[in-house]
Amino acid sequence: MVERASPLGGGFRPGSHGDFADGNGVTISEVLKGSIVEANAWPGKEKALAESISATCRLTLPALPGNGAASREGTCAFNIGPGRFLVSGMDEALAGDIIAAIGDETGTVTDLSHGRTVLSIEGPRVEWVLAKLFALDFSLTAFPVHAGRATAHHDVFVQIQRRGEKRFEFYVFRSFARAFAKTLCRAAEDVGYTIR
Amino acid sequence: MLIDCPHCGPRDLAEFSYQGDATRTRPDPASTDTKAWLDYVYNRPNPAGLHREYWQHAGGCRAHLVVERDTLTHEIRSVAFARSADSGDAA
Repeated sequence: MVERASPLGGGFRPGSHGDFADGNGVTISEVLKGSIVEANAWPGKEKALAESISATCRLTLPALPGNGAASREGTCAFNIGPGRFLVSGMDEALAGDIIAAIGDETGTVTDLSHGRTVLSIEGPRVEWVLAKLFALDFSLTAFPVHAGRATAHHDVFVQIQRRGEKRFEFYVFRSFARAFAKTLCRAAEDVGYTIR
Repeated sequence: MLIDCPHCGPRDLAEFSYQGDATRTRPDPASTDTKAWLDYVYNRPNPAGLHREYWQHAGGCRAHLVVERDTLTHEIRSVAFARSADSGDAA
């Protein structure tokens, strides 16, 4: 079987890095998702699209700005713009299922599985590290679990979903992933980080 | 400067890109009125005060917006989705 190559390169070495005086601040890892798609609704079809994604992915996705959801199987979806959703899962067949489920009358689906890299960052200092990089409020009340945000860090577009109280997933363009991972690691150096 | 995106909420200026003057009205494509076309394509009033502009939330939800901004103080008076603003609806 062909093994998927990571765009993160040799610099993304598993192990402990940075200042561990106060323990491990965050853990950074690449999440190898089988499917990543972006679904866009035609004007007025936002609710129908969210319902279609919900049924296919077995989750409850409200068609509201910044909202998101995750299923028990780990499939997750979140809103990234007016009538736009990013949907991902570990199953490689998911992209095809979503494309088949969303009809031309509802919207369009683009398979981005090959074009995005997903990085996970979690740990007790995660909000503090991320606040260095993005002008967003990462507190749990402003950015609840499963919610998503579309933003940018120095022209590198990033879509962020909160997957747990202290865990976030970042979707970045595959060609920018190595540079973004480096930036993330650099920002985490003073709290100590582990690459898994 | 913060722009209060109707979809994302207040975001830093760095996430937005300016898309031009939103006060222009395109002449009838069949029109041969040279002055009307010259005004539409080239001439800008450059007001000192309130100005209606197109912006795109390029580093966020990617929506096109109509922003009313004071060019002297950078105060943002209103922000609306361009689609709604152009059709006369409030966003």
